[in-house]
Amino acid sequence: MKIRAQIAMVLNLDKCIGCHTCSVTCKQVWTNREGMEYAWFNNVETKPGIGYPKEWENQKKWNGGWVRKSNGKIEPRIGGKWRVLAKIFANPDLPEIDDYYEPFTFDYDHLQSAPELEATPTARPRSLITGERMEKIEWGPNWEEILGGEFAKRSKDVNFEGVQKEIYGAFENTFMMYLPRLCEHCLNPTCVAACPSGAIYKREEDGIVLIDQERCRGWRMCVSGCPYKKIYYNWASGKSEKCIFCYPRIEAGQPTVCSETCVGRIRYLGVVLYDADGIEAAAATTNEQDLYEAQLELFKDPNDPEVIAQARADGVPEAWLEGARRSPIWKMAMDWKIAFPLHPEYRTMPMVWYVPPLSPIQAAAEAGQMGVDGDMPDVRSLRIPLKYLANLLTAGKEEPIALGLERMLAMRAYMRAKTVDGVIDEAIAERVGMKGLDIEEMYELMAIANYEDRFVIPTSHRETGVDPYELRGSCGFTFGNSCSGGTSDATLFFGAPSRKKPKTPMEVS
Amino acid sequence: MATWYNTFFFGIYPYIALAVMIAGSIIRYDREPYSWRSGSSQMLRKKQLFWGSNLFHFGILFLFFGHLVGLLTPHWGYSWAFDASVKQLVAVIAGGIAGVVCFVGLTLLLHRRLTDPRIRSTSTTMDIAILVILWVQLSLGLLTLPFSLSHSDGGTMMTLAEWAQRILTFRGDAAILVAGVDWPYQVHIILGLTIFLLFPFSRLVHIWSVPVRYVWRPGYQVVRSAGADWRVPGPVGRPRIEARAEPMEPAE
Repeated sequence: MKIRAQIAMVLNLDKCIGCHTCSVTCKQVWTNREGMEYAWFNNVETKPGIGYPKEWENQKKWNGGWVRKSNGKIEPRIGGKWRVLAKIFANPDLPEIDDYYEPFTFDYDHLQSAPELEATPTARPRSLITGERMEKIEWGPNWEEILGGEFAKRSKDVNFEGVQKEIYGAFENTFMMYLPRLCEHCLNPTCVAACPSGAIYKREEDGIVLIDQERCRGWRMCVSGCPYKKIYYNWASGKSEKCIFCYPRIEAGQPTVCSETCVGRIRYLGVVLYDADGIEAAAATTNEQDLYEAQLELFKDPNDPEVIAQARADGVPEAWLEGARRSPIWKMAMDWKIAFPLHPEYRTMPMVWYVPPLSPIQAAAEAGQMGVDGDMPDVRSLRIPLKYLANLLTAGKEEPIALGLERMLAMRAYMRAKTVDGVIDEAIAERVGMKGLDIEEMYELMAIANYEDRFVIPTSHRETGVDPYELRGSCGFTFGNSCSGGTSDATLFFGAPSRKKPKTPMEVS
Repeated sequence: MATWYNTFFFGIYPYIALAVMIAGSIIRYDREPYSWRSGSSQMLRKKQLFWGSNLFHFGILFLFFGHLVGLLTPHWGYSWAFDASVKQLVAVIAGGIAGVVCFVGLTLLLHRRLTDPRIRSTSTTMDIAILVILWVQLSLGLLTLPFSLSHSDGGTMMTLAEWAQRILTFRGDAAILVAGVDWPYQVHIILGLTIFLLFPFSRLVHIWSVPVRYVWRPGYQVVRSAGADWRVPGPVGRPRIEARAEPMEPAE
């Protein structure tokens, strides 16, 4: 056993209102640059839908994640090392920018500078790559917002597998949910495994997965390796970039920008202790549906004296052990079992987990035809099919999701009884295998969701790893060339494209 | 016929080109690591790239190593097995096939770079220049094939190999050898040396970074700790400093 600590995230989808504040603040901070206009380290998808980039969950198409070979070992689905190298000249599994969307802006200036016209001037779209006029924008970063587009297209969503999806095309049966997505900072990342340069690495101290921009050579295998398609190739710099989990903030004990700015308070950050020696075996679990439990096995109890002793021996700082004991992630994933990993079947052991959303009860249930279990509705009669959520979060295994949803329904029933009827109804808690006090704690964390309960982030101990005296007076963020930005126009080595923005006539003649 | 330009292009220019390539690469690697990349444009346009890039790269790799072995193997290294005319025949056939493969790929890539608006507008001048130079260089190389076939004894090939070996062994009498060979060879050499010269200023630097180490990198995963110096070779940085391994006193 080798204990390492990671800052993990849980998103409570039950409270996500799809406002995209996380995406926008993230973009403002990290990807507001040429070459990254199309990239969203954080994006929010409306499900069901094919998502961003198109059909990212369809690994038959993109070959992301890992496969378990017949000999019981795992290797990236894009292939072992030789096969990765064989694809280096032209990577057949690489999305084209149109699979994300061609980035565009609008001729805003025209609104002010247009001469007197018969019609009101309009700001027409223009490509941010070529600078040329785009007559019609066919796809964007959030094209399926609130079930936009036709059901026939959206229903290519692979999470419909095993669901009779045809009936959900009908207006009265339709359902939707939001899925905010960011890098999963996996325990077993395929992007790292696929990187021929060894530029991508997982940080031992906090589990954050980063790309060394000085070592990245732009072989772009990571983009294919990542099954969540959360690595983006910067077409201007020729390097790959990804969500950095706002590590400068995390190191200082602050939540990531997406978490900090979440108006629905749906995001939680906290320490999880895991057994680094067990990752490979857990990721090679035979049955895909057991991968969720296999990952739970990797998480080690921060109150167990044996784990604490081992963690200390492995150099986990005391403040991090304390953080692990207070971790909201531990409570939601391990104590209450209401948070689940996104697509565990990719065998990446993701570390951004989700609380599945409750949904209105189907009309049929209300009419008494099915599914009311005592006071509580049967979770199988909720509008979002259980199978759909299971395909998303537990490789199709429905029982864990059902229990999670039941516990959330129980929380509502228990608290309603307490606050409206003035009754402490332990029976409700017992029915879902909990105690009343557990439920009240769950309510405190999930419904009240105070800042200090949501974000339990011990500061990093860089002083033990680097000598701060050497950093004194140095530049903050650089591209490795002292304080140079790396792209000065005068440099011989890194010329900017000699592109001139073509002038398209504004007025339609 | 040792004219001044003969002495310069075949006696001095090789050293200038190689020195600039090596020193330039080192300086760029050290000073501008962020600029060191392959510069793939596949993400912007897949079309023409699969065939273009694969044919070009496999062709050019074969040609590069063919030139390397062919020019730098001393005569005694193979004369016991076969004579120069056989060597030349093998070189012409194998090189010709690889040359045509490479030519098809390179033409596709050049066409794509010049005509696709996305690729054109994101190209630097050097991106286009290097492709054009490679295309001309390859055409010149293919153009030498009929000349080689016209003197099937392999004499010219022997002369050029001798020239390359003298250059690399710092013998001052190399330039005179090239004075008599046909013009396509001469231009091919000068342009080839120019590619070396431009090497550190172009995307060609990615050649130095061919990721062979990936194959014997232990396992798949890479973990770094904060104290580790990534410049130390090896997928895992040096272990934490000793003080870290000591358990700290629990906080009050």
